[in-house]
Amino acid sequence: MLDISNLHATVADKPILNGVTLHVPAGEVHAIMGPNGSGKSTLAYALAGRPGYAVTEGSATFTPTRHPRESGDPAEQERLGSRFRGNDEGLDLLALDPHERAAAGLFLGFQYPVEIPGVSYLQFLRESLNSQRRSRGEPDLSGAEFIKLAREQAKLLGMDAEMLKRPVNVGFSGGEKKRAEMVQMGIMNPTFAILDETDSGLDIDALRAVGAGINRIMRAPGKGVLLITHYQRLLDYVEPDRVHVLSHGKIVRSGGPELAHELEREGYAEAAA
Amino acid sequence: MTAPFPTRREEDWRYADFDALRPVWEQFAELVTITVGAGESLEEIWLPIAEDVQLRRVQLALGAGARAGIFALNAAPVYGRIELEVSLEEGAEFDLYAANIGTGLSTNEVVTNVKHLEPNGRSRQTVRSVLNGKAVGSYLGKVEVAHGAQHTDGEQSVKAMLLDRGATANCKPELEIYADDVKCAHGATVGELDPLQLFYAESRGMDPATARALLLEGFIMGLWDTASEPQAICEAAREALRRVV
Ligand SMILES: Nc1ncnc2c1ncn2[C@@H]1O[C@H](COP(=O)(O)OP(=O)(O)O)[C@@H](O)[C@H]1O
Ligand SMILES: [Mg+2]
Repeated sequence: MLDISNLHATVADKPILNGVTLHVPAGEVHAIMGPNGSGKSTLAYALAGRPGYAVTEGSATFTPTRHPRESGDPAEQERLGSRFRGNDEGLDLLALDPHERAAAGLFLGFQYPVEIPGVSYLQFLRESLNSQRRSRGEPDLSGAEFIKLAREQAKLLGMDAEMLKRPVNVGFSGGEKKRAEMVQMGIMNPTFAILDETDSGLDIDALRAVGAGINRIMRAPGKGVLLITHYQRLLDYVEPDRVHVLSHGKIVRSGGPELAHELEREGYAEAAA
Repeated sequence: MTAPFPTRREEDWRYADFDALRPVWEQFAELVTITVGAGESLEEIWLPIAEDVQLRRVQLALGAGARAGIFALNAAPVYGRIELEVSLEEGAEFDLYAANIGTGLSTNEVVTNVKHLEPNGRSRQTVRSVLNGKAVGSYLGKVEVAHGAQHTDGEQSVKAMLLDRGATANCKPELEIYADDVKCAHGATVGELDPLQLFYAESRGMDPATARALLLEGFIMGLWDTASEPQAICEAAREALRRVV
């Protein structure tokens, strides 16, 4: 579902990713672990299309469950534009603008969620969801439908729905921001999620809620997850199918769930040697 | 007798559009006076009208302990001027929340002269501008603290977003303080939208134009948070922003 091949990326002309190759089939959760500064966030940003994160070599192909080409509706394909159609293997993710990647079903959970004063969470999310829906040729959700969805998702994540009336992430604690990222994920209902240290800064209850949220929203045959984390704790809740170690911008080891335990015991230096 | 036509040498008219002003000068030559009696309060919401040239020239006198909150949207297609001369007696409070939203060749300006005449007054002026094309948006704000007006608290916060290279924001906060125990602060920034906020919005599915519009809306809409009936000015500001973004 997500095929990353020999991905090289630079930030401010500095090479950070040096040939990442990674294949996440539909229905699987892959964990990425690795020391600070190894390029985990850079990988996440490059896949989501953050300006300034320049891909210099390699490819990333994304096959959403419901490929836009499969609709068979010429009008919809026209709306989606030629880049969105991709080829038979899937979408050329790197050719899409960030919002088109989101509309195709990609979600990035930010390591550091961004504050936006003056814009309420409800407004932000409604605009986001309806923009995605429009890109996919679906009708807007009405205000009432949206509020119902947002309340439901907030409740499932154990977040007070009143918080959604506040400006985006302003005055939220670190843990509340991460929980809110998961509420956003629940509302967007993506087909593929890249979650960048969503577990950092969470207390035990929040960690359990976030873990349950990831399983509920993303554990499905047609979905996939790239879970960037430092800790086994989250992996106790969201059991990965594969674990990869990123070091100096490359995957240096891959293995089953037991690899995470080994890393926890022995540290990155030992395990990656 | 009409007051003489202003000249550019006068500090508070230096950015005005005199060609636009000349034909309507007689109508606006005199300031309108509003008085708020001791202990009373006033809230005014000033919306744009359907004219190319829009002036509001107001003299606002606040008695002891009086409060006034002015919410103003300045978005004239050619020339808009909001001019306020405010005097505060003991313990009076004045809040101004004003936006310049300008497009094309328009000039919109907020010009204030806030005079703290007696102790313990508070004034807070918040001005936000969003400008595109070759539009000009200005804030000229003088705060005068008279001798003896101790414990005055005066604040000016001015921010502008320029959407095109040709747009201009002028900001001139000015303090004249004749008392020694006062707190006056001003901050001014001219900026562009935060690229990380834009990326965050786009990563959630908003196309760049929608994301920019939403962020700009947030930049302006924060002004009306404390208005008791903000609907009309919110709607008018959204409408004005739609023309600019
Ligand atoms: N905006 C930036 N400018 C310059 N260097 C950056 C920038 N962002 C990240 N880097 C560098 O890229 C490397 C990888 O960072 P990052 O992807 O954030 O690592 P990780 O998420 O694994 O901790 C680090 O050496 C970091 O200093
Ligand atoms: Mg990181």
